[in-house]
Amino acid sequence: MPEQPLSAPLDIGFDYTRSVGPVLGRFMTALAQRRVLGVRGSDGRVHVPPVEYDPGTAEPLDELVDVAAEGTVVSWSWTADPLPGQPVQRPFAWALIRLDGADTALLHAVDTGGEPTSVRSGQRVRIRWADEPVGHIRDIAYFVPVTDPPADAAPTAPAPPAATSPEPGTGDDTASVDTVITPVHLNYTHSASLEESRYLRALADGRLLGQRCPACGKVYIPPRGACPTCGVPTTDEVELPDTGIVTTFCIVNVPFLGQRIKPPYVGAYILLDGADIPFLHLVLGCEVSEVRMGMRVRAAWKPRDEWSTTLENIAHFEPTGEADAPYASYAHHL
Amino acid sequence: MTEVAVVAFAQAPNVRRTHGTTNGVEMLVPIFDEVYTRTGLSKADIGFWCSGSSDYLAGRAFSFISAVDAIGAFPPIHESHVEMDAAWALYEAWLKIRMGEVDTALVYGFGKSSAGDLRRVLSLQLDPYTVAPLWPDSVSIAALQARLGLESGRWTEKDLAEVAARSRRDATGNPRAQFGGETDVAALLDADPVADPLRRHDIAPVTDGAAVIVLASAERARDLADRPAVIGGIEHRIDTPSLGARDLTTSPSTRLAGEAVGTDGVEVAELHAPFTHQELIVRDELGLGDAVRINPSGGTLTGNPMFSAGLARIGEAAQRILDGEATRTLGHATSGPALQQNLVTVLERG
Repeated sequence: MPEQPLSAPLDIGFDYTRSVGPVLGRFMTALAQRRVLGVRGSDGRVHVPPVEYDPGTAEPLDELVDVAAEGTVVSWSWTADPLPGQPVQRPFAWALIRLDGADTALLHAVDTGGEPTSVRSGQRVRIRWADEPVGHIRDIAYFVPVTDPPADAAPTAPAPPAATSPEPGTGDDTASVDTVITPVHLNYTHSASLEESRYLRALADGRLLGQRCPACGKVYIPPRGACPTCGVPTTDEVELPDTGIVTTFCIVNVPFLGQRIKPPYVGAYILLDGADIPFLHLVLGCEVSEVRMGMRVRAAWKPRDEWSTTLENIAHFEPTGEADAPYASYAHHL
Repeated sequence: MTEVAVVAFAQAPNVRRTHGTTNGVEMLVPIFDEVYTRTGLSKADIGFWCSGSSDYLAGRAFSFISAVDAIGAFPPIHESHVEMDAAWALYEAWLKIRMGEVDTALVYGFGKSSAGDLRRVLSLQLDPYTVAPLWPDSVSIAALQARLGLESGRWTEKDLAEVAARSRRDATGNPRAQFGGETDVAALLDADPVADPLRRHDIAPVTDGAAVIVLASAERARDLADRPAVIGGIEHRIDTPSLGARDLTTSPSTRLAGEAVGTDGVEVAELHAPFTHQELIVRDELGLGDAVRINPSGGTLTGNPMFSAGLARIGEAAQRILDGEATRTLGHATSGPALQQNLVTVLERG
């Protein structure tokens, strides 16, 4: 079996918080009150959802008008396996829906109780509102057929959080919505390159593995796969010692979320003996004021039973006490 | 103003999944070598570099920076990037040469679509206030568009299957295509829909890949290729992002871009249509008659490397001229949902 690169799940997420401006703000505010607004375009057509500028003339638009919570399916497609985040979490139809009073179509989900034969173009559908509208497009939970709607409520994706709360004690549900929050979560499989994978596997054995560019002779750790100077694949492997020098460094004085060491401490560029590119690591084991450019350091490894495929196997670097490297010996690595 | 020509094109194999990284270096280094060999150029001879890719495919910010390793960017280079299909990077490079700033440019696009769930990732290109929060996937949106055409009589399911069958047949002659082969239209139509009304054959595959084009001023091009493909015109246009506000069975942006470059006399057209019905729309909007050979490479339906598939269409169209098989060809690229944005270029024997 050929050598396989290392890979791991990469799950990222962020709550996108967006201000909505005057046109969409009024649309979102109305949704929180279980009403739908459209905007009248330059040609008199009513756009739902509203657009801020006319698609034809680019004129700014601001005449908002009420439209119905009921309309007609213009086109539809069937989703047998809903994806995470989609409004209905059982088989459903995506549809372009022209609400009564609107001239353009809104894209949303139609729930037919999971039944694909119960949706068609020209069908009359109406909004099923979310239990607790917050001023977000998801306040429209989904649409259902006007005739013979499903008997049960559809399972739905988690509702977005409210961006603004009513004034405490006022019971005010007419406060205008100026922000929407949309959580976005994406899932990837991140692959290391073959060169990085060899480097990471070597780390699990307590070894430091770099690569030499066949064209310019420079040694890279971590290996890059291609020499960033020459653009040629790097093939020759080089095992490096766990000793080197500090080329440059900074003293971290500022606390931040997730910080694992109490400030002040030193983050430094470490250039291993025999390498041509430094990497970032910690320098501990001395006063921060003693750290200097050219200082000789050695890796402080974690206990062997904690090693895995990561540079975190090296807890930090610490001074060896040897004489500093002369500036001229590393000036070209700065 | 300076005329600009394509002097070389190469693409990585279109594959369902590479073991490579999302920075594309493994796919790019070999195809850069191909175009250097073909033109006799080295990296030091390239005046401008421009790429197209997306952080959303990689799941990492500034992921295109790592791809610059494939160039060997020392001494420092003159470089730019678009978060779009690299066909739009080619447009930027074309401008640089037109303006006389440089006389050679290397344009590349890459993407590892398989790293995430592509059709879900693509929902984040939609309006972030009223559409993207619903996570409508790219296949479902295309299916809404397809049904509008089916129910209005604009096309039939058989028309769509014929596009798929022709694409797969043509792909057998393209060693870099993801798949190909003889298929029977009736058999294709027997399959159940996967996103009703779309069947599997209507939908471009998920593809990892990369492509590269070298451009040169017409004067320089004569030294770099026997039959450079001169860019006779290149234009791009965009339609409203409001999906429900336009007639999805048409593509005004494609028509306007086509009219601006002039499509008369085109012998071969490579159209960037990730769904069968979209080929019919684009073909119609560009006024390409029955005599025009469509997608002899097999097209996007047999390999859809995100962010390089549009560039590859221009490359394939140029290759017909570089190979001496045609004298006037057309390359089309699309971006966004349901053919929202379109670029058209016409290439001519110099």
